[in-house]
Order: sequence, then C-alpha cells, then structure tokens
Amino acid sequence: MTQSDQYNFAYLDEQTKRMIRRALLKGLAIPGYQVPFASREMPMPYGWGTGGVQVSAACLTPEDTLKVIDQGADDTTNAVSIRKFFERTAGVATTEHTPDASLIQTRHRIPETPLTQDQILVYQVPIPEPLRFLEPRETETRKMHELQEYGLMHVRLYEDIAQHGHIATAYAYPVRVEGRYVMDPSPIPKFDNPKLGDCPAIQLFGAGREQRIYALPPYTQVVSLDFDDHPFDPSKADHDCALCGAADSYLDEVIVDDRGGRIFVCSDTDYCAGRRAETGGPE
Amino acid sequence: MTPLLQVTGLSKHYGARIGCAGVAFDLYPGEVLGIVGESGSGKSTLLNCLAGHLTPDRGQVLFDTRADGLRDTVTMSEPERRMLARTDWAFVHQNPRDGLRMGVSAGGNVGERLMAVGGRHYGRIRDTATDWLGRVEIAADRIDDRPSAFSGGMQQRLQIARNLVTGPRLVFMDEPTGGLDVSVQARLLDLLRGLVREMGLSAILVTHDLAVVRLLADRLMVMKSGHVVEAGLTDQVLDDPQHPYTQLLVSSVLQM
Repeated sequence: MTQSDQYNFAYLDEQTKRMIRRALLKGLAIPGYQVPFASREMPMPYGWGTGGVQVSAACLTPEDTLKVIDQGADDTTNAVSIRKFFERTAGVATTEHTPDASLIQTRHRIPETPLTQDQILVYQVPIPEPLRFLEPRETETRKMHELQEYGLMHVRLYEDIAQHGHIATAYAYPVRVEGRYVMDPSPIPKFDNPKLGDCPAIQLFGAGREQRIYALPPYTQVVSLDFDDHPFDPSKADHDCALCGAADSYLDEVIVDDRGGRIFVCSDTDYCAGRRAETGGPE
Repeated sequence: MTPLLQVTGLSKHYGARIGCAGVAFDLYPGEVLGIVGESGSGKSTLLNCLAGHLTPDRGQVLFDTRADGLRDTVTMSEPERRMLARTDWAFVHQNPRDGLRMGVSAGGNVGERLMAVGGRHYGRIRDTATDWLGRVEIAADRIDDRPSAFSGGMQQRLQIARNLVTGPRLVFMDEPTGGLDVSVQARLLDLLRGLVREMGLSAILVTHDLAVVRLLADRLMVMKSGHVVEAGLTDQVLDDPQHPYTQLLVSSVLQM
C-alpha cells in the first residue's frame, strides 16, 4: 500500500471537503461575509495555516499545480512544510513560478506577478474579525456587520493618526467590500491592498482556529478605509531591490553582517529571481 | 405643541415579578423629567425600556422623530432604533466605564459618534472633539490621553461630551452623579444644567438623590414597587408630598 492510498486525496475526507466547498460558495455569493464552518484538526498547529490548508484541500484537483508562499518566499518553513504536505497527500505538481500555478496558498503576501482568471489565491487568516480588538464581543460584532455599523473601524484609524500623525496600520489594513462588509484582508502589508480589488483570480480566506471562511469573487470592488484628509497610502520601504533593482515591489529589510549592514530585497522571491534571470543579474 | 416623548401603559415583568407597570407620561421639548425612588422600585427598568435596551411587555413609547413625526420605538426596526440611539438620543451611564471605551483616547471617544454617523474628515472630527472637551471643562492637552488616566469626575464629564457631540434631543441619565464626591457632583450638576439650558435638551433623569432632581428636573415622578405613585412639578412634589411614600422619602433626607 502506497502512501497515497492510506489517505483520501488531499488528506481531508470527501464529506469534509463538501462542507468546506459549501462554505466557500456561500462566501463567494456574499463577498466579505464571514461564513462559519466546522474547521477540522489538521496535522499541524494552529497558526501554521490550518484554515488555508483546509480551503486548499477542498479546492485541489489532481490536475492542479500548487504554489505555496510564506511572506512572499517559497523557501521558508511554512511554505516548504505545506507544499510537502500536499505533495505527499495529494500528489499534485508543485511550482515556485507564479504564472504556472493554478492554486496558490499564501501567508501574508499577494504575489507581485499579476494573477489571472485561471488561478485561485488562498489566504491563511489568523483573526478574521476586523473589529475584534475594538469590540471583543462576537455577538456585538456580528450585529455591527449586520447593521453596517462600521464607525468603530474609523475610531481605530483615528487613534493611529492621533498617536503617530498618520495612519500607522501597516498590515491587516481594513477594507470595505462592494460597499457592504468590512473585511480583514489577513496580515498582508497594506502595499498589497490595491491588488485585492478588481483581481481576476478568485481569492479565498480560511481561518482554521476561528472557524471562518470568507471570499472575494473575481473583479470585486475592494476599498481601503481612510479619512478624507488622510487618504490611504500603500507605502513601502523607500528603496529599490538590492538584487534585481525592482522599484515597484514590496521589500524586506535583511541584515547582512554583524556591523549593522542591511539591504532591501524583494519579499516575493519568485518575482525577484525571474527578474534576475531576465537581466542576467546575480543569482 | 407635540410632546417629544409620549409614553402610555408601559409595563415590563421579570417572570411573575413586576419591573414597572402602567407607566404613562408626556415629555415636552426642553423639559427635564426626574424619576426618583428607592433601589428596586423600577427606575432603571423604566429607563432601559424607554431607551430601547429592554423590550417592554406592553405599552407604547412614541418618539417625535425628525423625519416622520411620532413613531413607536418599541415596534420600529432595530436598525432604526440603533440609529436613533446614536443620533437623537444619548445615554449617560452611572459608571463611566460602561459608557466609555477605556482603551481609546478621549478624542476617539468623543469622535466615535461622529464617525458612526459618517464623519470621515479627521481634522474636523478632532476640532469638534477639542471643542467638546472644552465645553465639559477638560483641558485640550488631555485629548490623546485614555479615560483610564482620568479621575472619576473627568470620566463622567467625558462620557457626557461623548454623548452630546451629535446634538441629541433626548438624554437618558442613569444616576449621573452617583459615585462622585459632593464637590465634584456640584460641578457636574452645574455643567449639566448649563448644557441642558444652552442646547434646549430634554432629559430623563433617574436618581435616588433628591437634591439632584431639585436642581435639574422640572417635573418629577416618584416610583415605588414598579408603579408611579406621585407625579408633578418638582418643587410641588418635594415641598408638598401627597403620597405617604413620597412623604417618607422627603423626610428621610439628611439635613445639616
């Protein structure tokens, strides 16, 4: 008996996948609405992307090509372990190349290469409720979503400006979907927020511990919240990538020696490598 | 003149026990109504029924809305009632911790209602907040401090500013001076009296402190065991109490 015979395709049993697909369809029908689902125990700890893994498992077909990124990189622990997990339990092809992938599971980034209609982007979400830290009562936040009472979200931005002089929220920046639901876009940098809206790919969000799924269908209107006199600013480090020279990609700051030397490099490793291959820059 | 609030036959039971029963009154614009009674007499139940926090079993609470005139707030939809609660109504809790967001700065607390009704200009929200802090005698340089850094009296004044910032027409107050020492109480009462007069507010004031109603209320209702036992002009009721319970209440105030 081979490894793949011992498990159902993509680890989860068919009934569980069916349950998750129902939640996904409901989420797609009501963009930005958090659909409760019966999250399963996964063979990895909460916080490692159990929600995203379940959503990916429910979407995968044997013909799919999977890419997994963690903070933009294909080669970090989280990305490697989830990719291995699906290689073993689903036997699907994997890639690091964004355009070749049909399903991309991501933690905290949206790839720099524009996505297409043939792709699905699955986000890992730690806390799906954008109002959580202002209003801890789940009964109350649900009521606020129901009645569109989102004034409190601006109180958070107000506090930012009052304390820092500008909106200091740099990740998990709240957005409003199609003028209706306020949504937490998972902890992606706010630099990625403009890519959420009008995206050709399907975007699915899974929160395993919190047992919530939500979704953005293709070409959905997504607006980042702001004030009239403090407009939304998708900021990034004021540098070019030290490896590929890109001026338009999100950068990580990397410390390179013990004397405080630092460089800024693309957080999206595939994008950076692709640019270097084109121009024949350093490997 | 149409009354701002018209209450008829309002009853609320907790199982077999009476919360309040058969309460009826009219409140006219600019008028302050005091509700007094001992603990457990149904004052707070009545106030919560009026403010929409509790659903009464029977009776009507008609409020003179800006758009459609008199509407029954008991039967109106929840979004409408919550909209009223953050525009035309205000609710001042006895404990400022119940009415404030303790993790948000004073300016954010005052600005929340503005943002809840669509304020999206930071500069204007902040100016209004500064203005209101001034009106309740909180120094402008405390605007970015959290309420937890404020004294009890300041917290209560901040709660009042937060409630009045959207220019409500009806204020519900549940023992607004309870838990404050006498000198702070006096200052708060002075401030409230000024604001009520200046803004032409109507208010319903629940308290067990007869001195507070003497100062603030135009009319008075005395409650006992869920029923209104006596009602009338404040000075009339306090100077010439008719019902035995009111007589007992007035005579039990400590004199110095």
